[in-house]
Amino acid sequence: MSNTPTDLKYAKSHEWVKTLPDGTLLIGITDHAQAALGDLVFVETPKVGRVLAANEACCVVESVKAASDVYAPVAGTVIEANTKLGENPELVNDAPYEAGWLWKLQPANPADVGGLLDAAGYVASLG
Amino acid sequence: MLKHTALHAEHLRLGARMVDFAGWDMPIQYASQLDEHHAVRASAGMFDVAHMSAIDLIGAQTRDLLRHLLANDVGRLRDTGKALYSCLLNHAGGVIDDLIVYFMDETWFRLVVNAGTTDKDLAWLRAEAQAFGVEVRHRSDLGILAVQGPHARERVHPLLPPELAQRAGEMAPFSAAWHGELFVGRTGYTGEDGYELVLPHDELRCIWAGLLNAGVAPCGLGARDTLRLEAGMNLYGQDMDETVSPLECGLAWTVSLTDTHRRFIGRDALEAQRLKPARKTVGLVLEGRGVLRSHMAVRAANGAGGELTSGGYAPTMKGSIAFARVAADAVGPYEVEIRGQWHAVREVKPPFVRHGKVLV
Repeated sequence: MSNTPTDLKYAKSHEWVKTLPDGTLLIGITDHAQAALGDLVFVETPKVGRVLAANEACCVVESVKAASDVYAPVAGTVIEANTKLGENPELVNDAPYEAGWLWKLQPANPADVGGLLDAAGYVASLG
Repeated sequence: MLKHTALHAEHLRLGARMVDFAGWDMPIQYASQLDEHHAVRASAGMFDVAHMSAIDLIGAQTRDLLRHLLANDVGRLRDTGKALYSCLLNHAGGVIDDLIVYFMDETWFRLVVNAGTTDKDLAWLRAEAQAFGVEVRHRSDLGILAVQGPHARERVHPLLPPELAQRAGEMAPFSAAWHGELFVGRTGYTGEDGYELVLPHDELRCIWAGLLNAGVAPCGLGARDTLRLEAGMNLYGQDMDETVSPLECGLAWTVSLTDTHRRFIGRDALEAQRLKPARKTVGLVLEGRGVLRSHMAVRAANGAGGELTSGGYAPTMKGSIAFARVAADAVGPYEVEIRGQWHAVREVKPPFVRHGKVLV
């Protein structure tokens, strides 16, 4: 049974979003997603400064099994990427909601986060 | 309805992620596939491979039958328990299966064959065995447990009858010792030292429990694949199949042509090919980040093409490696296409890793 914290928002494509006090967004992939992928060996985070459209593929997580795209849950600009993942991609497996965060986004429109799923909605979407 | 090995309940109890492999419900990994791989290289890990099959061949003409059937020559097996790795070929020289054959005594040889090819192998063996009066006995009453790593053998010895442990401890690699139905082969599919145990299902459960207690790590098929790839070992169905000859998939060393009177099945086709083989297999290491995977396209500096047969992340090397099957006249350097982009790779001669050391 995977872990889906109730204080986060989610996209159907398995990304989670945390709104930080300054209005920026912390983004990663869910516990369900990391478990499905298996041990990660490489993570290619988006470049700082890149402007993303909602649902644009912008990050690649490569596990022993396969490479998978990660999508921008909402539109915005990348302001930081998790550089620890270069040496330690397994942080995404071990702590997907904490140390395994992928990138930080300055949302184009703060209200967009409201359109994402809540924890119950994400769990229901897993079918 | 998937088949279950004797350890199925154990795998579930240990929280393994299960997958359908050749019709068997098998563990891919328990907690972390990477940790399991490292445990084998550093210490000891164990694999339930009971989906593979032990086949006993019994009869006065068994040696003759196998000299007729196998590309490697069992004529070389004279010491009790000595083993060989060989391909079983069809008349066109294509590989039906790869297997290990043990010389038990003059009227008994034992084969260990792959799970997905067991039925096919049995049918082929039975058809050919008739002319030699040899009985083909599928030992489905026995399971197989692989225990691999630098400390593997010493973890197994206390769990065996002392006299068997002594004989096993003294034997050379690629040999076997047994006591009743308890069979210990010093063979493996990881590039580390260790044993492959063939034994009745109840005994197998006991030994598994004893090894778990001794700190041997349960390891799944995921780790088995990364270990064998680093060890430069082929996977049947991926690196070769019935359309591929041993000369094309890096297994020329397993073909014995020395005795010109031994006209084994597929020999004529191989001899014709030897003068002008169509394809060859090379080992590749990716420079930089990313993962090479099966079926990715390869191109050589001289324009020849091909594709990766096996590829993946190599945990001991912390990079990616692959086998590529290319035109026989291909000349490096090589590039591999990963998601639309060509990446440089370094050609190497496998094995990539042996006894815990990176060789390339």
